[in-house]
Amino acid sequence: MKEYNLTDSYITDITEKKALSTDNLQVYYGDNHAIFDANLNFPRYKITALIGASGCGKSTFLRCLNRMNDKVARVDGEIMYRNTDINSSKINVYEVRKHIGMVFQRPNPFAKSIKENIIFALKNAGINQKDELEERLEQSLKSAALWDEVKDNLNKSALALSGGQQQRLCIARSIAMKPDILLLDEPASALDPISTSKIEETLQTLKKDYSIIIVTHNLQQASRISDYTAFLHLGHIIEYNSTVNVFTHPKMRPTEDYVSGNFG
Amino acid sequence: MNAKKIDHLATGVIYTLVISVIVILIAILGYILFNGVPDISWHFLTSAAQSFSAGGGIRDQLFNSLYLLILTIIVSLPIGLGAGIYLSEYAPNNWTTELIRTSVEVLSSLPSVVVGLFGYLLFVIKLNLGFSILSGAIALTFFNLPLLTRNIEESLRGVPDLQREAGMSLGLSSWKTTTKIVLPAALPGILTGLILSAGRIFGEAAALIYTAGQSAPTVDYTNWNIFSTTSFLNPMRPAETLAVHIWKVNTESVTPDAHLISSASSAVLIIVILIFNLGARFLGNKLYNKITASK
Ligand SMILES: Nc1ncnc2c1ncn2[C@@H]1O[C@H](COP(=O)(O)OP(=O)(O)OP(=O)(O)O)[C@@H](O)[C@H]1O
Ligand SMILES: [Mg+2]
Repeated sequence: MKEYNLTDSYITDITEKKALSTDNLQVYYGDNHAIFDANLNFPRYKITALIGASGCGKSTFLRCLNRMNDKVARVDGEIMYRNTDINSSKINVYEVRKHIGMVFQRPNPFAKSIKENIIFALKNAGINQKDELEERLEQSLKSAALWDEVKDNLNKSALALSGGQQQRLCIARSIAMKPDILLLDEPASALDPISTSKIEETLQTLKKDYSIIIVTHNLQQASRISDYTAFLHLGHIIEYNSTVNVFTHPKMRPTEDYVSGNFG
Repeated sequence: MNAKKIDHLATGVIYTLVISVIVILIAILGYILFNGVPDISWHFLTSAAQSFSAGGGIRDQLFNSLYLLILTIIVSLPIGLGAGIYLSEYAPNNWTTELIRTSVEVLSSLPSVVVGLFGYLLFVIKLNLGFSILSGAIALTFFNLPLLTRNIEESLRGVPDLQREAGMSLGLSSWKTTTKIVLPAALPGILTGLILSAGRIFGEAAALIYTAGQSAPTVDYTNWNIFSTTSFLNPMRPAETLAVHIWKVNTESVTPDAHLISSASSAVLIIVILIFNLGARFLGNKLYNKITASK
């Protein structure tokens, strides 16, 4: 692998309203320092892509943002959300996760019916009125472009769905909670092109109401769907800019090599 | 030798071993059933045992076995669930946890007769519970708990971490995630393990001889007051089970038809255990299919 100077970086200023920002974020797995000094502002109602080679820390970084790294890694620094540091130990993490939802790389529906997959967490959050639950069920499945395929089989087990359908169900499950921010960790990497493009369309429509941060290995995907892109290398944020600029006028050498395929 | 030949040879050896296991199993089962089933009758199942004359049945022993089984499960299931959940979901990865795990393993390999004698000294003598269903149930709990805990822990661990992450990411507490998501997903495995352990409990004799005792006093099956000494539900009465009965009839019985009674009792025992085993498979599969909605 080529040696790069990791201390140089180009981080653009976000002038729009911010959904979330990190301040000097550091992550350690035991002695392994996995994320160095991440300072990023994520714009509201935009899609931000996190790209970088395998093992550079994309998932690690993403999982910090809704405290999924609790008990897994030590996370220092601040994560500001609505003027609150949600990385503080005094924060109610369950509440944080209701505002910042997450979809994982591999579909992980519960071993329950399709309907129950969606409304289970809603009921847990104290939503009990039947019409409210029905409404959210339908809305979320529609937003995730799954409604037409499952509307007659809502009581069928979610495990009987195809991988692509399961992943859209997981997206629906997250948005049924009406979070502010949606974190997605390579949501389409295990899917065929048709399911992938369905999910990409879904994200484009969701952008109206949600701020989305997505990790992806697929550079075309990042350039197709995202407004901003952050490039990570060995735990450092090397470049953060509008997606057009990252892909057409990268400011940093590693970014240029990565997006043009001359990396490593 | 080329790979193909080795493959053929290995397959042959494996087939031979499998077939010999099956043959041995069928021979034993066949022998027991062949000798016992003709002597099983409604009368045999529903009349009391006789000490000196022929024609006795196994009504009380059969009931005692089932009652003891139910009590044991009532005592051991909550403890096993608690321990299994703790070990799989909450225990930190350190030496204390390893120590607990090793102890459970050691306990599971204790010979049942040792468990029985331990139960005799502690519950029957020291705690003054006497030969009783309660002493027996506690001894059987000791005998059953390690494997049950193990089974529950393994079933829970078999549920992918992705499921836990899904629960956490939706704002569920780890307790909610465990009880409402992980536990239901592990249920088929837990149920199968529970029924298989029921089979082992039902057939256990050595742990009971000195705890539940070897006598089956006449009880009144219409007396539902569990505190009454004549009630069939009284947990403080001694209770000879079917397995203990077989052992006793074979060692010290003076009834003229001892051989017949032990053959028929063995057949009943085996049939009940077979039902448990087949039931475990059936129910486990059924539950699994229901959960995954696969055919
Ligand atoms: N649970 C963990 N425990 C210890 N180290 C970990 C853990 N998860 C990740 N790491 C380490 O942190 C670093 C970053 O891993 P991470 O999973 O964030 O990379 P990634 O960019 O998401 O890679 P990929 O594209 O392959 O998913 C790697 O060196 C990895 O070995
Ligand atoms: Mg990753």
